Amino acid sequence: MTMGNDTQPSYLEYQGKHKGLAGWLLSTDHKRIGLLYLYAIIVFFFVAAFLGLLMRIELIAPGKTIMEPQTYNGLFTIHGIIMIFVIVIPGMAAVFGNFFLPIMIGARDVAFPKLNLFSWYLYITGALLGVLSQFIGNGPPDTGWTFYVPYSVESDTSVIWALTAAFILGFSSILTGLNFIVTIHRLRAPGMKWMRMPLFPWAIYATAWTQVLATPIIGITLLMVIAERVLNIGFFDPALGGDPLLYQHLFWIYSHPAVYIMILPAMGVVTEIFPTFSQKPVFGYTAIMISSLAIALVGYFVWGHHMFTAGMSYYARWFFSFLTFIVAIPSAIKVFNWISTMYGGSIDLKPPLLYAIAFIFLFMIGGFTGLVLGSLATNVQTHDTAFVVAHFHYIIFGGMGFAFFAGIHYWYPKMFGKMYNNRVANIAWGFNFIGFNLLYFPHFILGIQGMPRRSYDYLPQFHTGHFISTIGAFILIAGMLLMLFNFIRAGRRGIKAPANPWHGVTLEWKIPSPPPHENFEEIPEITSKPYFFGSSDKTKQ
Amino acid sequence: MKDEKQHISSYASLTVVLVILLTLTTISVLVTGIHLGPVTVAVALVIASVKVAIVITQFMHLRFENLFLKLAVSGVFTLFALVILITFIDYFFR
Repeated sequence: MTMGNDTQPSYLEYQGKHKGLAGWLLSTDHKRIGLLYLYAIIVFFFVAAFLGLLMRIELIAPGKTIMEPQTYNGLFTIHGIIMIFVIVIPGMAAVFGNFFLPIMIGARDVAFPKLNLFSWYLYITGALLGVLSQFIGNGPPDTGWTFYVPYSVESDTSVIWALTAAFILGFSSILTGLNFIVTIHRLRAPGMKWMRMPLFPWAIYATAWTQVLATPIIGITLLMVIAERVLNIGFFDPALGGDPLLYQHLFWIYSHPAVYIMILPAMGVVTEIFPTFSQKPVFGYTAIMISSLAIALVGYFVWGHHMFTAGMSYYARWFFSFLTFIVAIPSAIKVFNWISTMYGGSIDLKPPLLYAIAFIFLFMIGGFTGLVLGSLATNVQTHDTAFVVAHFHYIIFGGMGFAFFAGIHYWYPKMFGKMYNNRVANIAWGFNFIGFNLLYFPHFILGIQGMPRRSYDYLPQFHTGHFISTIGAFILIAGMLLMLFNFIRAGRRGIKAPANPWHGVTLEWKIPSPPPHENFEEIPEITSKPYFFGSSDKTKQ
Repeated sequence: MKDEKQHISSYASLTVVLVILLTLTTISVLVTGIHLGPVTVAVALVIASVKVAIVITQFMHLRFENLFLKLAVSGVFTLFALVILITFIDYFFR
């Protein structure tokens, strides 16, 4: 039985005031906006992934292979800018948050639908400007996505365009976060008390606060760099009384919490998947909820671990190192709870669960190697080496990326009303998992051996690691293309999805697939905690 | 909405707030003439923070809001203060 009206047209078929393409580009329906983000992110992702592949081809052997050093510098900069600011930071919250947050809390839309659409336009403007910065002015920006001063002030490439792009993208992120906070506070269904809210909305809530409170700092910081370039003010120039480390502080005050903007929704997604595919209530609901908030809070105070070798004071390094170890605790709590949720459950190893389990495995490797970087002594050895590249990609791609894949496999039937081919999805998962590890694990070893990051060339002793890594890149790209093919084929020829193909219990599974325009015929009344599986409940408690 | 009330502050209380704000502004200007070394920025920030607190509670009516909203706003400013304080752990001891 579903709560939606089966006779009401789905949001995909709904004909409102505007028709055709305008019906999408002017729609304030949170589900359509979620899909607008999804399509944009897929396009930009494959652009940035292709740039990454070109970098890997360049590094398959020492010396010049296919490009000049300056081209390589431009590629790793725009690869980073697109991946971080256009895909990873907004990705999860913008796609799944937009589509599922209102449904999961029993609402018909977000609190400010027009602001939601405006956020998407800001996002597209920023994203296009970022790509455009490659082709206008004095050539592609070559600073890396971190825009560190003094180089970002002195480089004569199109840095200002890239900074403006990141600034606009930040605004989009703030408005989305604001919208979600108000939505969760004001639009929860009757009876949905805070402790009855599913854990994905909780993760989005923690993320939204981080978006609202941290993002303005990067906005101001990027403006300061522009002011430094244009007006020569001296914020960061010691000759004018400034301090170059001030930039790093300001940049990481935002950019470290940004890691949690990326990873918290990812944790929320897998937290939904484990109970459904174990047919068992989530283990430690309160612990997971509190750990989300704890990660968001403590995550604010660890930014200095990016700057251990930059010349900070001893006490500051000690302080940041200590807190870095502390922030590992709530993440570990979540991992214990996910595994405990599966323990004793009726495991159904479908593609979403495969990706969710891969997420735990890869995120744990990323997390443990983060402790190597968070420790003052070992950081000196590994700072700015390929080790950081490996750690970073295990967290961002292995964590957020695989969780995104988990989420899209989990919710695809609900979003599009079609079932994809499980066998093809499993094969693609194998390619992705093997390709990912081949691509990034060698960087841990290369980094410990002394291979610097962002380097166009390298000594012959690093050749084997780079060669394996490039092979991994091709396997990973093949896996992702296979996954995309599977979804496109399902969209065209897939069998119709039932309302609840995975036997989930949260509200999105109680409405038709795809959801009707207004989600619910009548707003549901919530009378119990989420994750109650009734007679099929495999809990041993 | 049924719980929506109008809060009208008296001219007397608004005048007191205005005088306090102007006094604090004068102090912050005068302080710039005293050489306080690295504490200069901290003093300016403390005075500015007190002014912000007065504006939010009095002019923006935070004092009439419920406890949750008061805690939320206080939490945000505490967070911001901590971020600045932690940054200065580097500057003071570098």
